[in-house]
Amino acid sequence: MDKPLIDIRDLWIRFPGVHRSIDAVRGISLTIGREKVGIVGESGSGKSLTGRAILKLAPNSARITARRMDFDGIDLLAAPERKMRAIRGNRISMILQDPKFSLNPLMRIGNQIMEAYRLHHRVSIAEAKRRALAMLEAVHIRDPERVFMQLPHEVSGGMGQRIMIAMMLIPEPDLIIADEPTSALDVTVRRQVLSILDELVTRRGTGLMFISHDLNLVADFCDRVLVMYAGRIMEDMPARELHNAQHPYTRALLNSLPRLDHPVEELRVPSRDPAWLHEKVIERRENV
Amino acid sequence: MVTTDNIIETRGLSVTFGESTDTNRVVDDVSFHIRHGEAYGLIGESGCGKSTILRAIVGLNPDYDGEIFFQSQTVPHRRDKSFFRRMQMVFQDPYASLHPRKIVHQVLAEPLRIHGLDRHEERISDVLEAVGLGRDFRFRYPHELSGGQRQRVAIARALIIEPQVLLLDEPTSALDVSVQAEILNLLKKLRRERGLTYLLVTHDLAVVAHICERIGMMHCGKIIEELSADEVRGMRAVKDYTRDFLAASVGSRAGRIDQEMLPS
Repeated sequence: MDKPLIDIRDLWIRFPGVHRSIDAVRGISLTIGREKVGIVGESGSGKSLTGRAILKLAPNSARITARRMDFDGIDLLAAPERKMRAIRGNRISMILQDPKFSLNPLMRIGNQIMEAYRLHHRVSIAEAKRRALAMLEAVHIRDPERVFMQLPHEVSGGMGQRIMIAMMLIPEPDLIIADEPTSALDVTVRRQVLSILDELVTRRGTGLMFISHDLNLVADFCDRVLVMYAGRIMEDMPARELHNAQHPYTRALLNSLPRLDHPVEELRVPSRDPAWLHEKVIERRENV
Repeated sequence: MVTTDNIIETRGLSVTFGESTDTNRVVDDVSFHIRHGEAYGLIGESGCGKSTILRAIVGLNPDYDGEIFFQSQTVPHRRDKSFFRRMQMVFQDPYASLHPRKIVHQVLAEPLRIHGLDRHEERISDVLEAVGLGRDFRFRYPHELSGGQRQRVAIARALIIEPQVLLLDEPTSALDVSVQAEILNLLKKLRRERGLTYLLVTHDLAVVAHICERIGMMHCGKIIEELSADEVRGMRAVKDYTRDFLAASVGSRAGRIDQEMLPS
């Protein structure tokens, strides 16, 4: 494997409180190369916070410490805000859950995409427009000229999310952090949005950090899966090995899903073992 | 004909939104029935009208055409108290459906007061026990509860007046998978113990097949096909749209990791 894009060692995120502090992320280490890495876990497992910490967008009250947090050789922990602004959007971009809340409701879609491009590239408006239209076409929007002039409330959720993807991809970032990009979408639309994201990410060799709570979705879509629980990584494995997951927590999550091909009277509810918080990560790499 | 087996039946139910020239028929001539003690599921994409049917049946949408029968009786467009006594609804988002400034006890006591039921303390303790919370939860505010606990309170609120029918609008889609398993188990258990009838709206195929016996596939305001849970599991659909919908649902989430469906 070539040099990883993201190299994190022993990341801790703590919210100090008056009476007691809460450790939301407890000493996780991970690397992400130009590959699709899925991070799964329940709410409160620290998966979104990890994504935000990479962009240094975690809440101000969070105390972030790590032995190392590098992006493509840049030490993110030491990087000043000025430098972070050059990284955000341009080199690492983020797709959020609900397009309704992440698009500017008062700005035409085309202008939002052009703005994303022109912030990082010095080009003429005409050139930016040409690229924005090409990008809308790349996310399979049928009538880009019309959508270009529309406002966000005039498009459906699936289209809104494709517009978000267009906006995040147009500066040609090296890494995309997608935080639950499809959980606000219908099953039928979800698949289409994922295949578009997949196509673009694969073609450009962009790294992808895909945060989700849906184990099977991640297994279908990503190359590698990290399972998080209570601020720790429980298991790190190739996605196709998910059905052979070793950790009892991963197994319990898989068993708690109702299954179409295997009807049961009662679903298994995961039980939790406090010892998990202290044991080592189960790590398996593909033997290539 | 209306038979006594059916607890809910609709005939030619239509709901239209908007004014004269700019109308949108969200539910279009829907006729279906639910038998006593049955669990019926409605599936479909967002905007297909499945939640609107639910709202029309429960009376949150009083402007509809066609007829709704409850236990062989036509229900009036303005529902009365005795109707709500027998039918209750659980909403999708437990974060939004509980009053943030009322403690659990107040939330549960209100329906009892409205319907003039006695033995408040006893009923509240019982229902909290039934949804697996315990009576110590009486004096908590919603912000002191987790998502799953809140959904349990919402279910308790619906159950406390001992209705016959529960209408469930995406009851687990705002919850984690592990919590979803708990709530689905709870719903199954309550139906078994109390002989409830469920009408469940969801877009999650595995959930609907787990809970319901019969499933209606909705598309553009119509129920285009009715399937049994086994037919859904076996992907045995007649209509093309249903088949596409089933395939799309299985493609991305799939409880089928054991089979070689993963990208290699």
